[in-house]
Amino acid sequence: MALNIDDYLTVYRTMVTIRQFETLAGELFAAGKIPGFIHLSLGQEGSAVGVCSCLRKDDYLTTTHRGHGHMIAKGADLKKMVAELFGKKTGYCKGKGGSMHIADFSLGILGANGVVAGGVPIIAGAGFSIKMRQTDQVAVCFFGDGAANRGPVHEVMNLAAIWKLPIVFVVENNQFASTTPHREACAVEDISLRAKGYSMPGMTVDGNDLLQVRNAAETAVVRARKGEGPSLIENKTYRIRGHFEGDPQKYRRPAEVAMWEDKNDPIARFSHFLTQEKILTENIKEEVWREVAAELSEAVTFADQSPFPEPEEALEDLLTS
Amino acid sequence: MPDRILSCSAALAEALNEEMTRDPSVFIIGEDIKAHAGIFGQFKGIPENFPDRIIDTPISESAIAGVGLGAALTGLRPVVDLHFSDFVTCCMDELVNQTAKIRFMLGGQVRVPLVVWCPDGAGLRAAAQHSQSLEAWFVHTPGLKVVIPSEPADVKGLIKAAIRDDDPVMFFQHKKLFAKEGPVPRGDYVIELGQAAVKRPGNDATLIGYGSGFYLCREAALQLSEMEIDAEVIDLRTLKPLDMTTVAESIKKTRRAVIVHEACRTGGFGAELAARIQEELFDYLAAPVKRVAARDVPMPFSPPLEDYVLPKVADVIAAVREVRTRK
Repeated sequence: MALNIDDYLTVYRTMVTIRQFETLAGELFAAGKIPGFIHLSLGQEGSAVGVCSCLRKDDYLTTTHRGHGHMIAKGADLKKMVAELFGKKTGYCKGKGGSMHIADFSLGILGANGVVAGGVPIIAGAGFSIKMRQTDQVAVCFFGDGAANRGPVHEVMNLAAIWKLPIVFVVENNQFASTTPHREACAVEDISLRAKGYSMPGMTVDGNDLLQVRNAAETAVVRARKGEGPSLIENKTYRIRGHFEGDPQKYRRPAEVAMWEDKNDPIARFSHFLTQEKILTENIKEEVWREVAAELSEAVTFADQSPFPEPEEALEDLLTS
Repeated sequence: MPDRILSCSAALAEALNEEMTRDPSVFIIGEDIKAHAGIFGQFKGIPENFPDRIIDTPISESAIAGVGLGAALTGLRPVVDLHFSDFVTCCMDELVNQTAKIRFMLGGQVRVPLVVWCPDGAGLRAAAQHSQSLEAWFVHTPGLKVVIPSEPADVKGLIKAAIRDDDPVMFFQHKKLFAKEGPVPRGDYVIELGQAAVKRPGNDATLIGYGSGFYLCREAALQLSEMEIDAEVIDLRTLKPLDMTTVAESIKKTRRAVIVHEACRTGGFGAELAARIQEELFDYLAAPVKRVAARDVPMPFSPPLEDYVLPKVADVIAAVREVRTRK
């Protein structure tokens, strides 16, 4: 599916939305507006948008504790997202989930997850269900380099391969599992090498190059949709912020972070490409950033003005009967 | 039409065959379930009748439970066979952190029509990792329903209700009871979850059991009747939701209660039930509530050791005599 000019601009706008959403979430957290803790995906926008721009609305998605970007890329409502971060009644989960448990089943988003690799077994069920119901949906599962070392990922990749489930496994290797560098935790440098052991295609791509991510994702999605089975894509990227907001980050040097931010920013790189292709002008760029900021400001106002749930609502929504 | 005599295994197979005929979204998934129609023959007829809806898996419990949950979230009604209930430990995250919590955590956006079927219990000389009764763990986890039938008719009626339920149900069946026979109604026989059954009326003491514990209660009541003690026997059938009404009605009458289960005593379901009874029925009680349960050790292998650890009919009788001595 080749992109036309409008598509390119939509993709760009989605990346900018994630960037601004996450930046704002960090500020709101620092200002004490968001209870608990949050994990931001700044610097990983290329992976989220590159993959999700290849998906249909009825395709399934599971994501991680660092899932705001994937949600936005799949089309989630910003107002309901901010309201959920604030713990408000109007949030996606009526304030019961928070940052790590946002979902929108009307968009096929089966949930972020507080357990590392928690969404991986769930995607196996979504993939199985697609196969049993004989639809041509695709199920995509984002997880991190940390999750890649958990047992359930091995179980599910093997199962997906023997049953040829329509799943795209996307490992976002952002170099750190919490404080532990990837090279200290994983026997292989490229996690995609493991695909060979599951007899599925594996690709490692520059996760900060939107076009590369899109190419790999497109190939994997088409393969899954045709019923030819799962693929593993490794998007090599870099987590610009700490594991959580407030992380002292003693495990890396500030210069390393600055290098990625200055020299390898996925939005700057895509923006450069669009400018070269004469798709993006300074005027359009300004307009996009301004419009997104306005949309987010509306979302924050909505969340601010929304009520907290009544305390006794804590007892609702557990069981259907 | 009169009921037929069926085993617990046959009752389960009949109910599953009927439910799979009724609803094409029902399927069964687990390890080694197709070749022999389940390792206990519990799925008899299903591999022939529904070859595409009984699914063998690799030995991958996290993936199996995940398939159950993910399929339940996307339009199907899975029955997950965990092979032995002991293996819940291999997919505890999927059951406790994911399945039990997902509806609540997401603000009620979804229904989770999932049955996790677990053969449990001791007495088969299967040692510590194939003999446990772990129901209390799941009773202690909000978001799950917990069902434990004892007699064949209960197996049929409760598995049908569990499959039709829109919430996740942990369904435990004792391995040693698969061959137990009893009358089973024909046709669409459904027992609503959360309903205990008074299986023997009596006035002198209330024996409360479930699963294998029910049979200990029933046998003890029979022997007690020869001693002119008239015990009432309640089979809880569902631990969560718990039918406290039936329990309360009985205890208000008998004023004495003995709780019997095969799971080890400390932190077992009996502890919860005893606490509920004293909180809600203290003024009716003539004696402290007694528990009869397995001793607090992993299940040993050698027959004399296992027999020593497990609760017996004599223990139930002794407990009843003890609560009877209080005036």
